[in-house]
Amino acid sequence: MSLLEIEGLTASYGPVRALHGVDLTVGAGQVVALLGPNGAGKTTTLRAVCGMVRTTGTIRFAGRDLAGTAPEKVARLGIGHVPEGRGTFGSLTVAENLRLGAYGRKDAAAVRSDTDEWYSTFPRLAERRDQQAGSLSGGEQQMLAIARALLGRPSLLLLDEPSLGLAPLVVREVFAVLGRVRAERGTGMVLVEQNAALALELADTAYVLEAGRTVLSGPAAEIRTEESVRRAYLGY
Amino acid sequence: MERFLQVVVDGIADGSVYAALALALVLIFRSTGVVNFAQGEMAMFATFVAWALADSGVPLVLALLGALAFAFAAGMLVERVLIRPVEGGNPLNLVIVTLGLFIVVNAAAGWIWGFTLKDFPQIFPGGVAEVGGVSLSVESLGIIGVLLAVVLVLWALFTHTGIGLAMRAAAQSPASARLVGVPVGRMLMLGWGLAALLGALAGVLVAPRLFLDTNLMAGVLVYSFAGAALGGFDSPLGAVIGSWIIGITEGLAGTYVDAIGSDLKVLVPLTIIVGVLLLRPSGLFGSPEVTRA
Repeated sequence: MSLLEIEGLTASYGPVRALHGVDLTVGAGQVVALLGPNGAGKTTTLRAVCGMVRTTGTIRFAGRDLAGTAPEKVARLGIGHVPEGRGTFGSLTVAENLRLGAYGRKDAAAVRSDTDEWYSTFPRLAERRDQQAGSLSGGEQQMLAIARALLGRPSLLLLDEPSLGLAPLVVREVFAVLGRVRAERGTGMVLVEQNAALALELADTAYVLEAGRTVLSGPAAEIRTEESVRRAYLGY
Repeated sequence: MERFLQVVVDGIADGSVYAALALALVLIFRSTGVVNFAQGEMAMFATFVAWALADSGVPLVLALLGALAFAFAAGMLVERVLIRPVEGGNPLNLVIVTLGLFIVVNAAAGWIWGFTLKDFPQIFPGGVAEVGGVSLSVESLGIIGVLLAVVLVLWALFTHTGIGLAMRAAAQSPASARLVGVPVGRMLMLGWGLAALLGALAGVLVAPRLFLDTNLMAGVLVYSFAGAALGGFDSPLGAVIGSWIIGITEGLAGTYVDAIGSDLKVLVPLTIIVGVLLLRPSGLFGSPEVTRA
């Protein structure tokens, strides 16, 4: 059974329709790259999965229909979301942000050891654990957002532009961590990314959206060599 | 000197009543971004509930607890039924709903209990206690004690419990809070319940000092506004300290400045509100709003 199956998805913001028919499948432990120009509906697709926009069509997560499910319930079903703009709780401390990531969990001891593990993965978060999260740099906030989402132990992680605005070295670090998470925990991921080359390195399969529709899909290695993708998103 | 200390302690006691209501205002402001103008009227209504219970023979302690429980439930109900439909939209809609609620609750209390003054039973024993050679009113000390206990409980709730953290997260960024699984609607409801409970506490603390009628909280609300504005509308600590400052200055001005006396005391908070708005709009402890250009 696939982890996430999306078929014929449409979504609207008020009278404006943003998605016109998106199809997408994520297998268990798979990383899927979602590519496309600005305004193609990548962010909206992620938001639709989390119940943040009105949709039609089917979204099935682990066999369960997600239609009409509230965002907080979706989160508890095991979908982590690193949203556009990182969703930092700016006036709360780094430690409090991480505690919120484990909000739905009851296993306090395991949460503590998971938290310590994230502190050793991102030592900069450990150094700043009592600082207000709003005072962190963009890269640190991205690390915080990823650690926070993964502290909920999701089986599916949605990432919206994790490389946006980060220094190249930090981008490498973040993607190395994502690769390790996939390898060690088998967490499935949907990765929306402007940096297509980077996304296709990590991804197993890729989908290209244009104007709210899936226009191309296939194994990442094939998509990478696809003429149109190469020109539009890889720039050579 | 003894007189001065008495005035200061009584001022802190008055300020503590304002602080309870100011905390309620701050709690709502932090989660919705608007001031609940009906907070005082909701408190007045709950105070009437306490009076009615006590009047019908329920022991005073139980009557007070009953009124607080009533306020908590009613506050949650108000959020769920009246506030939720306009939340997240134009803040002005929310303001208008709270103004409407002000009028309705005020009229309902008059309709149920009439407009004559009621004598609210004393909560603390009368008389004075000797503290370091100074005779201080037991009631004032009791009110201050209650407020300090409330502040301590709130502090523990918001900094040391999961639910308190979730409430802060929901107030700060509802969208992000939902994404980590916090049921934001329930947190807002809880916030309104808690605020109504704090307001009711202010009501039953002040009622024995005044007579109970439907305008019980009108004056208190003005002072609480002043306290919250002085301390910073988004800072609970600021609301308490701001309210104390208001209470003390009000007492000192009323006692030592002949021209003010007890009739013009209300000018003190109004002057402070205007002064704060001119000099430091975000208050002593508030964080100024920063907007990126």
